[in-house]
Amino acid sequence: MRSGSTTAACAALVRRDLTLVWRRRGDAANPILFALIVVALFPLALGPEPEQLRRIAAGVVFVAILLAGLLALDTLFRSDYEDGSLEQLVLSPHPLSLLLACKIAVHWFTTALPLIIVSPLLGELLHLAEPLRGLLPLALLLATPLLSLLGAVCVALTVGMHRSGMLLALLVLPLYVPVLIFGAGACNAAQAGLPFAAPLLWLGAALVLALVLAPLACAAALRISLS
Amino acid sequence: MPPTSHDSGEPRDRPALLEARGLAYARNDEPVFGPLDFTLHPGEVVLVEGDNGAGKTTLLRVLSGLLAPTSGEIRLAGEPLTLARLSPQVALLSHANGLKPELTAIENLRFAAGLLGLRSGLSPTTVLAGVGLAGYDDVPTRKLSAGQKKRVALARVLLAPVGLWLLDEPYANLDRDGIQLVNRLLENHANRGGAALITSHGAYAYTSGTPRRIPLRADANRSRA
Repeated sequence: MRSGSTTAACAALVRRDLTLVWRRRGDAANPILFALIVVALFPLALGPEPEQLRRIAAGVVFVAILLAGLLALDTLFRSDYEDGSLEQLVLSPHPLSLLLACKIAVHWFTTALPLIIVSPLLGELLHLAEPLRGLLPLALLLATPLLSLLGAVCVALTVGMHRSGMLLALLVLPLYVPVLIFGAGACNAAQAGLPFAAPLLWLGAALVLALVLAPLACAAALRISLS
Repeated sequence: MPPTSHDSGEPRDRPALLEARGLAYARNDEPVFGPLDFTLHPGEVVLVEGDNGAGKTTLLRVLSGLLAPTSGEIRLAGEPLTLARLSPQVALLSHANGLKPELTAIENLRFAAGLLGLRSGLSPTTVLAGVGLAGYDDVPTRKLSAGQKKRVALARVLLAPVGLWLLDEPYANLDRDGIQLVNRLLENHANRGGAALITSHGAYAYTSGTPRRIPLRADANRSRA
């Protein structure tokens, strides 16, 4: 008898989650469509003047991507909870926080990364200012993993409840607000010609902290949800 | 508190695979079961009997480590079970099969093998054939019947290199052949030194030999509340 290594377990989990995303690829496009629709509505509502749109572009893209991520958040543990796979994950001999970190990474990779890739297009819809074309994806690259990690803890807490959508939003939004302020703040500062490194560094520091702590909190929260 | 005689190599007499002392669980101050005292030695199959709502499933979840007992102690192979570090020696079959409907039977088993490890000499394909599903390797699990899903879930338990099986209603949804299959699997597992705790509401009991029984009664719990 041999028990598999933790690396093998993580690899198996990543492979399974990627396969599942591929099999449900119709759902995977939802966040992108949502963000595209939100951003496309702004010029229709505000009028097409480039100057006006340029002023709000970075903020609107940030908010659209944040909300799209919120939309996809509930799928992180929902199906695993309902079909009992989550129990098997908890009962495996490997550190639960590490397995969850893998799950969160796959979730970020399949929901947030596509959004970052289309973010230049979203920016273009709003006449995003020239100096922000590189900065916006960079800020998103720092902010979205942070959103995924913080969100995962809240999803883990609420996964045991039916119709937890509203509660999840209430739990998550206060945690998301600082990320939004720093991320969009960096873009706004750059647009105004001010130094923008500080908010980005804050995001990076928070990301490092969340990378270490969020999987642990997530594991503890899931154990509570399953009991 | 360090576990006793942990570092002295092989203990002279093998410790019980599972030992419960004064085990009780209460939900919102309402007792669900217990206090229970029992041990499970290698080679034993024990039947947990009780009506619906008697706490059979809860008992299995407590023993697997998913729920913390209200009072009492669980020892797995001599070491206390804590939520922080679950034992790698338990396989649980619960009502939710833990299978992904989008994945094929073999993909589900490969994932389980990656997560829990593989009993030596077995592979997902051979195990699937062993539960009577040869040729179903590439069928998505959602297209299988409830009984076939149960068989895949049993195959997952079979794959894991663990000594203790906790099977919640393993006979549910199974046909006559399936029931015999479960009995055969349990017998083999017991013969190679494993142990199993299975629940049943009495309809299809374990038939090989005379298993020990742990009766749970719903009424007794309620009147004590």
